[in-house]
Amino acid sequence: MTSTAQETGSTASPVEDSVNAFEGASVAGARIGVVTFPGTLDDRDAARAVALAGGTAVSLWHGDETLKDVDAVVLPGGFSYGDYLRAGAISRFAPLMDKIINAAKAPSAPLPVLGICNGFQVLTEAHLLPGSMIKNENLHFMCRDQRLRVENASTSWTNQFSTGQEIVIPLKNQDGQFIADAHVLDELEGEGRVVFRYEGSNPNGSRRGIAGISNAAGNVVGLMPHPEHAVEPGFGPDSSGSDARFGDTPLASGTDGLGLFTSVLHSLVTR
Amino acid sequence: MPRIVVDVMPKPEILDPQGKAIAGALPRIGLSGFSEVRQGKRFELTVDGEITEEVLEHARTAATTLLSNPVIEDVTRVEVLDDASPADDGAGAVR
Repeated sequence: MTSTAQETGSTASPVEDSVNAFEGASVAGARIGVVTFPGTLDDRDAARAVALAGGTAVSLWHGDETLKDVDAVVLPGGFSYGDYLRAGAISRFAPLMDKIINAAKAPSAPLPVLGICNGFQVLTEAHLLPGSMIKNENLHFMCRDQRLRVENASTSWTNQFSTGQEIVIPLKNQDGQFIADAHVLDELEGEGRVVFRYEGSNPNGSRRGIAGISNAAGNVVGLMPHPEHAVEPGFGPDSSGSDARFGDTPLASGTDGLGLFTSVLHSLVTR
Repeated sequence: MPRIVVDVMPKPEILDPQGKAIAGALPRIGLSGFSEVRQGKRFELTVDGEITEEVLEHARTAATTLLSNPVIEDVTRVEVLDDASPADDGAGAVR
């Protein structure tokens, strides 16, 4: 479809261009890399979210030795290496991860990195974020729309939200129970590095209801729920944080996740 | 082939949801009297050649970097497996 559109010179939407080609080199805007590991599932959705937010999605393979000059990186969800050993444990040693870790720790203009679900697990295994994830307290695979509270609206990935704002995005995981020792938890709380907290009942036993955290610089953020699945009306959750819990939002029209992707684009043009 | 065995257990202070589920299942098959179950992992590293102190050191490094996550797990054992001891060959020896 894309090639036909290009050959005939028709004006395919940037979203379609970017998503169909996945490289999206023709789209203006910041270049956001989306990493695919063996067993990654949500790379396409993450690329689509980037494009819908106005950026250019750049496909990165875990075995690559270069970041292709991307301005930010998304580690998407899935079951990289089948969750063998521990979720994210083997992916953490992929060749591209060395590049990402160094760029994310750079003293000036550190690379914004977002880890979603399995990507969050990879970030903790890589020690870019503290703590770890173990099996959900109730041992069930959870899949539901989840209400979250944005606790920190100043990170590279949350600056288009307001502090205390509620959002609804899908949650789907097996190893989603965030744990860390009390000292680390206190440090995260004290430094404002708890970025998202579960609202309502705690779905997986995560310590202090933590759904997402950041590093000290605020360029690296990880969260268990999936913002990339709530970016397009008709394909999102049945509710939105700005509406009552099961309020007037038309069916599947929740797009609260888009804010993470517009946030990183905003942070890149303003820094 | 000589082997090194590495045991990894969830840290004592961390609730082990899998172990808890197993503990709950034991009475259902008529086995009572076990108050707690904790589930860990056992790795067997087969060595090509003799197990030197250097090889053992590499095994210890593997145990703490890749085989376990220090946030949630402890390495409880890194040992050369004595193949002469049938009780520890993992092949179902029962005493």
